[in-house]
Amino acid sequence: MRVTHHPILGEQSPARTVEITVDGRKVTAREGETIAAALLAAGIRVNRITRKQGTPRGLFCAIGQCTDCVMVVNGVPNVRTCVTPVADGMTVETQKGGGPAPLKSGGSR
Amino acid sequence: MKTYDVVVIGAGPAGLAASIEAARRGCGVLLVDSNLKPGGQLIKQIHKFFGSREHRAGTRGIDIARDLYREALDAGVTVWLDTSVYGIFAGNVLAYARGLLEMKPSGGAVKADRVVLATGASENAVNFPGWTLPGVMGAGAAQTMINVERVLPGKRVLMIGSGNVGLIVSYQLMQAGADVVALVEGLPRVGGYGVHSAKISRAGVPILTAHTVSRAFGDTAVEGAEIVRVDPSWKPVAGTEQRLDIDTICIATGLRPYAKLAMLAGCRMVHSPILGGWVPFHDRSLQTSVPGIFVAGDAGGVEEASTAMEEGRLAGVSAAASLGKVSAAEARAQREEVEARLASLRMGPFGKPRHDAKEALHKAGECA
Repeated sequence: MRVTHHPILGEQSPARTVEITVDGRKVTAREGETIAAALLAAGIRVNRITRKQGTPRGLFCAIGQCTDCVMVVNGVPNVRTCVTPVADGMTVETQKGGGPAPLKSGGSR
Repeated sequence: MKTYDVVVIGAGPAGLAASIEAARRGCGVLLVDSNLKPGGQLIKQIHKFFGSREHRAGTRGIDIARDLYREALDAGVTVWLDTSVYGIFAGNVLAYARGLLEMKPSGGAVKADRVVLATGASENAVNFPGWTLPGVMGAGAAQTMINVERVLPGKRVLMIGSGNVGLIVSYQLMQAGADVVALVEGLPRVGGYGVHSAKISRAGVPILTAHTVSRAFGDTAVEGAEIVRVDPSWKPVAGTEQRLDIDTICIATGLRPYAKLAMLAGCRMVHSPILGGWVPFHDRSLQTSVPGIFVAGDAGGVEEASTAMEEGRLAGVSAAASLGKVSAAEARAQREEVEARLASLRMGPFGKPRHDAKEALHKAGECA
């Protein structure tokens, strides 16, 4: 849920919107906000599933320190969604374990 | 490799103040920060600060961040945002990665004649069954979401911890439109200032002292919590369990210094519970055990934004003086001014123990 009215910060200023795709679902986000914020605003709280126990994790520190909110963004695993801004056309996927295999030498995936 | 007189790591209140003071004394200053916005945690502080005028009392943290950043740019500081320093090597060579957040990473290294570590702190966690569920988060995380991102992390919140962070963030969650269902505190008394606890009590939030959270419920995210009364030895009292209908649990159980770069640099570390844990030893000029490396703000002991700004000033003056940019006599006079203001901040029931802990820390170095 977005905080549109605020007694100290005032009305939220209008922003351009961008569209991202989260696990195949289209989500509209505000330009400049973080991926984690856009997801929370859309009611999405699970960012990844742990490798060993298969349990869900979400936002925890929100300042890029703890890495609990990492997801696969544009095919790149371990992206800290709480500090990475959205971009139009971005694809975001729930990360399972370590995510897809890392880049092979030469840059192919 | 490019060399700067002073490289300041962290653009929060301490790092900005250090950069300004060093640059104003003729140092070439590079200020780096891993975030896209400068200001550190000031950018989510929408409350007015306490203290006296020189500590910017009555000003909101968000405005202090903006003012300090402008002062730094006006003083000629070079600022690199979205830049993480991940290594310190012999001769103060700093390895960095840039553009991680823009997803266009690049890397490099700079050399620093003097380094100021102003890397801040991280939130402590508490463990209880269910604490890893999405919806359990640091109080600072919730504050970032509501005040910077303007998104509610949940609608019904249980706050753990009655220090100033727990009290202030509870109030700010209500300002943002959430319900704070309860605040639990393991100790038999409230930890933070009475003025903050009175504010949330008046707003109808039950502050339950001698209580803690015993578990969080939920399959994929928090759907409820159980709280329980604890005896003076922190043991749960059977039969006092209560189930709360909440969707978010915020943890406000203190901060610890975030000083990994000091450890990498080989700085001697000292453990100080009052200052939040392991801190790099530093002398009165805020120099660590490694010559040329200074520490300022929460990275050298968790206090408040106002003390962080003063320590930043002190580190900036010290770094400039050690480079010969100001005379020893001038530096001494300027340091004494800042030290007097720091002493005035380190008084009272919260400040005095920190004052004493800092003194003990300085002494620890003298004995070594």
